[in-house]
Amino acid sequence: MGYSLHFGAIWASFDRLLSGLAIGLGLAIAAVLIGTFLGLLAAFASVGPSRLGRLIAGSYVMMIRNLPLLVLVLLVYFALPQAGIRLDKYESFIGALALYSGAYLTEVFRAGLLSVPKGVVEAGRAIGLTRFQTGIWVTAPVMLRNALPSLGNTFISMFKDSSIAAAIAIPELTFEARKINVDTFRVVETWLVASGLYVAACFAIASFLRSLERRFPKF
Amino acid sequence: MTETLHPLLEIRGLRKQFGTVEVLKGVDLALNKREVVSIIGSSGSGKTTLLRCVNLLEEFQGGDIVLDGETIGYRISKGRRYRIRDRDLSRQRSMTGMVFQSFNLFPHLTAAGNVMLGLRKVRRLGRDEARAIAEAWLGRVGLAQRGDHYPSQLSGGQQQRVAIARALAMDPKLVLLDEVTSALDPELVQEVLNTVKSIADDGATLLIVTHEMRFARDVSNRVVFMEQGQIVEDGPPAEIFGNPRSQRLAEFLRNTRT
Ligand SMILES: Nc1ncnc2c1ncn2[C@@H]1O[C@H](COP(=O)(O)OP(=O)(O)OP(=O)(O)O)[C@@H](O)[C@H]1O
Ligand SMILES: [Mg+2]
Repeated sequence: MGYSLHFGAIWASFDRLLSGLAIGLGLAIAAVLIGTFLGLLAAFASVGPSRLGRLIAGSYVMMIRNLPLLVLVLLVYFALPQAGIRLDKYESFIGALALYSGAYLTEVFRAGLLSVPKGVVEAGRAIGLTRFQTGIWVTAPVMLRNALPSLGNTFISMFKDSSIAAAIAIPELTFEARKINVDTFRVVETWLVASGLYVAACFAIASFLRSLERRFPKF
Repeated sequence: MTETLHPLLEIRGLRKQFGTVEVLKGVDLALNKREVVSIIGSSGSGKTTLLRCVNLLEEFQGGDIVLDGETIGYRISKGRRYRIRDRDLSRQRSMTGMVFQSFNLFPHLTAAGNVMLGLRKVRRLGRDEARAIAEAWLGRVGLAQRGDHYPSQLSGGQQQRVAIARALAMDPKLVLLDEVTSALDPELVQEVLNTVKSIADDGATLLIVTHEMRFARDVSNRVVFMEQGQIVEDGPPAEIFGNPRSQRLAEFLRNTRT
């Protein structure tokens, strides 16, 4: 009386799963791009000379890291309209995931900044670069290269976390899988295929990132 | 050749403390244009700190540093001294070149990129002009073929010569060299010393901290002996090495002779 597998119904809707996958990737890319910007800003602030800057960066990281992503997503989605800020569900999810990834990336970049040799930064100052120019042309590129592996891991995490968007009815992979599950009652097949897609996509992203790491010179 | 009336660099009564520890206790030192001065002295005597103050990498609590007639690092207002803005510090810093013991090349840039960065962003030259100057300087230090190499692909001696090219390409009025061979394998020391020597011969103004006594004697117009944050002796190399006046210098030389 075992459960016998029938994938036929799933293959019929496979294109929906693929488009869900694409949406998830798109959400993650947009969020991590904005998150990278936030993370750089907060990381520089957190090692910078301004006490207020350090306080703001520290509070941001602490608050976000102590919030479950689902709660943050719902908060942004339901609370912002009350404050008069109208975003569609995509914008609101990207915003929430950007805030979330930004906090994790702050830590990644902060560690990267602390790993840039002090003497290299001083060499930048010594040739006459201003503090800001040294940040842009010396500290940031050295730090980004050091942070590339962690940046890749964060991106993969954010891609997986894009499944949370199902909670606000964004038709990404998890949302589509749940609909197919309800329509076909093929519970095991549906979630097996969805899982396979997540694993394959993460594997592909990881290989891509590794090739990117190889492209940039190692120090 | 224009002879200026004032020295190119004039350090007067320089005082520097780290916390409560006084590291420079009133240093006076003047350098004329095209002069090569070596600073010798035991570990912890304040030689590095002195160079770092001149390059404005350290703040100092008393005295003045005047570079080519301009007081650098501080301004006086209503009898109080204030550190000047970062932008002005950077401009003044670009007038002196610094070569560090540990090379400190930018690891993400090629040899040519290292030399070009200051030319592009500080002197705001165009890419082609900056590249031409960088290539000329790399040739000058014997690395014409290595412009495309990253620091990790160069030997220590080659890295240090890139660092020298990076400093000199900015056309500084004064170059500060802090134990530029101390981090090198013995067989690589000579190539770097030769490079420094040839730059000195070309008329650069150099302030050199070194533990290489023979080199100090060969390259310098004057040698300065520092001890515990003060300059104890200052004179031509023949006198400093041949006829030390103070007990402390005589002792130092005895201990460093191999
Ligand atoms: N950042 C710092 N904070 C506190 N003390 C410092 C700092 N840098 C240097 N010192 C102290 O200042 C004194 C002078 O140091 P400095 O590096 O200038 O000596 P030095 O003559 O260059 O020695 P060496 O020959 O070993 O390079 C030393 O006692 C050192 O411990
Ligand atoms: Mg030193």
